[in-house]
Amino acid sequence: MSANEVKHAGLNLGDTDEVTHEQAGEGIFGFWVFLMSDAIVFALLFATYGVMLPGTAGGPTPASEYDMKSAFIETLLLLTSSFTFGLASIAMKHELGRVRLQFWLGITLLLGLAFLGFELHDFASMFSDGAYGSRSGYLSSFFGLVPLHGLHVFFGSLWIVVMMVQVSWFGLDARVKINLLRLGLFWHFLDIVWVGIFSVVYLQGLI
Amino acid sequence: MIVHAHDFFTLLGKIDLHSFAFVRAWRDPSLNQVIAAGAASMVVIGAIALVLLITWLKKWRYLWDEWLTSLDHKKIGIMYIVLAFVMLSRALIEAVLMRTQQAMAVNTPGIVSPDHFAELFSTHGSIMIFFVAMPLLTGLINFVMPQQIGARDVSFPLLNSVSLWLTGAGAGLMMASLVIGKFSTGGWSGYPPFTELTYNAGVGPDYWIWAVTLSSLGSTLTGLNFAVTIYKKRAPGMHLMRLPLFCWTALCTSILMIFAMPPLTVATAMLALDRYLGFHFFTNGMGGNMMNYANLFWLFGHPEVYILILPAFGVYSEVVSAFSSKRLYGYTSLVLATMAIAVLSFTVWLHHFFTMGQNADINGFFGIATMTIGIPTGVKIYDWIWTMFRGEVRFTVPMLYSIAFMMTFVLGGMSGILLAMPPADYLVHNTLFLVAHFHNMLIPGMLYGMIAGYTYWFPKAFGFRLHEGWGKAAFVCWVVGFYLAFMPLYALGLAGVARRTHELFDPAFRPWLIVAEVGGLILLTGLALLFVQLYVSIRDRENNRVPVGDPWDGRGLEWANAAPAPEYNFALIPQVHSRDTFAWRKEHDCAYDPPDEYRDIEMPRNSMSGVIIGVCGGLAGFGLVWHIWWLAALPVLGVIATVIARSFARDVHYTIPAAKVAAEHGEWLRLIRETRPVDRFQETSPANRGLAARVP
Repeated sequence: MSANEVKHAGLNLGDTDEVTHEQAGEGIFGFWVFLMSDAIVFALLFATYGVMLPGTAGGPTPASEYDMKSAFIETLLLLTSSFTFGLASIAMKHELGRVRLQFWLGITLLLGLAFLGFELHDFASMFSDGAYGSRSGYLSSFFGLVPLHGLHVFFGSLWIVVMMVQVSWFGLDARVKINLLRLGLFWHFLDIVWVGIFSVVYLQGLI
Repeated sequence: MIVHAHDFFTLLGKIDLHSFAFVRAWRDPSLNQVIAAGAASMVVIGAIALVLLITWLKKWRYLWDEWLTSLDHKKIGIMYIVLAFVMLSRALIEAVLMRTQQAMAVNTPGIVSPDHFAELFSTHGSIMIFFVAMPLLTGLINFVMPQQIGARDVSFPLLNSVSLWLTGAGAGLMMASLVIGKFSTGGWSGYPPFTELTYNAGVGPDYWIWAVTLSSLGSTLTGLNFAVTIYKKRAPGMHLMRLPLFCWTALCTSILMIFAMPPLTVATAMLALDRYLGFHFFTNGMGGNMMNYANLFWLFGHPEVYILILPAFGVYSEVVSAFSSKRLYGYTSLVLATMAIAVLSFTVWLHHFFTMGQNADINGFFGIATMTIGIPTGVKIYDWIWTMFRGEVRFTVPMLYSIAFMMTFVLGGMSGILLAMPPADYLVHNTLFLVAHFHNMLIPGMLYGMIAGYTYWFPKAFGFRLHEGWGKAAFVCWVVGFYLAFMPLYALGLAGVARRTHELFDPAFRPWLIVAEVGGLILLTGLALLFVQLYVSIRDRENNRVPVGDPWDGRGLEWANAAPAPEYNFALIPQVHSRDTFAWRKEHDCAYDPPDEYRDIEMPRNSMSGVIIGVCGGLAGFGLVWHIWWLAALPVLGVIATVIARSFARDVHYTIPAAKVAAEHGEWLRLIRETRPVDRFQETSPANRGLAARVP
């Protein structure tokens, strides 16, 4: 077995930690499969949104509800957090010191929380317009999709906190490393889903 | 602080005295309510009796340590199958009750009320799919597949336990619905807007939603686990094209689970949002779109059919090959056919609602796609027949089921081809013809396969064979009962009898209904005989022991270890040289060679995380059903806390020292030297100790 063998898609640990690399293949592949199953959930919710878009029942419409500036800021926050998670992954892979790893994880966490803050603010201002999920089929499909992504970001943030505690508790043992790889995939996956939400959901507001 | 009675009832959500089946029967002692209370008391008495029995036998500690918290794939598999048989008993009794109702209710109301009848067909369908068929196949794959690929466990043993307990939690909700409240009247598919709050304000649809959601989450995780196991944990040399066919079908089923269970979860979650938060996904008006539900549900529902049937195809492939003493005919074509069915299964969901109003071209496309599935399935039937051709066929119980399957399944396939034509479908849509068709697919296609698999691998699990005679008696009941119960439904369906009908008005239907009723009773007898067979086999187990582990002259690796297999399955991970590798080794006289050296073996420790997550899931579901918000929220926090706490656990494996492995393996090898091999004519006699004689 060569250390350079790619054992799974995404960041591999082969050239810095061969032992963990050997163990990672199965666990990371399994997590990829989970993400693909989760992607089906989002795909169906996107499809449902597309189908139900005309069903506004005389109520609020995308044009009247979406705050493009806010959605753009959220996009920037989440994309930047993916980048900072990437830096955290590099710090983990090359063992550049725990402080640096924790720093980048912390920045990612803050960006994630800031994203959630903006998103909740968006929802609150929609609610103040009477745009609840119970108002129309269109708003049901919106509140079925976008908050589910937000819930994922929330659990991702909780996961980051758990991993920061584990890094200081265990150091970088094999399980911590593998879980950080998984968390990284999860975080980037949420980024991709958000790109879909921005393009398919929010850009409709400009039409 | 003073707690008012009012606050107390707030704590219990929507539950009041009238929720209990017993209270309803007390206040209104009609036959209908007494039947409901009788069913509820069976659940309560059964649960109390089980608890007392375990306490009396002082087996709680044993049960907890050896079974409930076990991460051993074999034990998890067995627990799935036990769950399935318990639920099968309930759902089959419900079926007989429905047949009785219809046989009696020609121009009279019969024995149960229309609502009660609707509950019966809803629970019967939901249980048979989610809590009988799924646990049966999941259990069988769990038990067999890792042993067939030469692995010591699945890829994620704890996740396996979580899946089991989520399924168990769903089954628990189904049972609770008999005692407290009422179940859905919306059928197993739960179509809105009928299941929306407007038309169904009670707890029934909520029971359905959460029971199904829990089990579908469990199945998604199971699919993930099995697929990764087959991709990543095969023994060295076990190339994909050397996999036993059962593993191929397990792989395809797992892939289908990964991609087809999410649509169900999405559909039930949306229905829940409609019912709990007043959303408008599937409501009439306000922008709701119930057709989207039909699409989502059958995007799951159709692949589900193949999730159910493919593992049974795998069992038939193993059984026909073993009991014909022949290599499987057309292995490659069987693999390709399995894969083709898996892919095509995603392209036909619309045939479940040809009548929903899309244009003829769309119906035409899905009709043709549906008929296409008949091709790979036909290939398989021919392959099995060619496997038997000039083989040394023995008519053992699993083989009998396989042959009955081939004949009966083809009939069901023919009626399926009829239904695949949209114009014909319009005529028999929603009639008993459809009910006859899918029972004709699922009973021979699924249940016969599972019973065959259960009989075939039982000796591997417990170390002794099942009684042949009682098995054959049960087989006769399952086959005769099936024909009597369902062939009349074809006739009735063609005569226009709608499915799910509580009362009929044409006396000409009565003879057919009575024949179907008799068939239902014979099927119930078949189940009873399976329990008798189990009892007799346990009683006479000393006569039927097969400790060497190869009672059927098997061909795959699962027969290459002792029966029952040690917890680590293989003393040394085997090296695979060919397809049917164990048969190859027996031909080359190297099946029972001692390995050069033994090594320490690492196995996963027991964990109670799966139990906690499952119990929390069940409680949260119950809280949601009854709007007991604290009971809905606390267990969810419990699940999160359990997952986090578990992620801090580091001591999750234990080591079995090489010396112990060597001693156990040496003992087994010694047993083999002392055992007299038997030829195939003595297969079902007490002389069979699990060592097959070399065929010259």
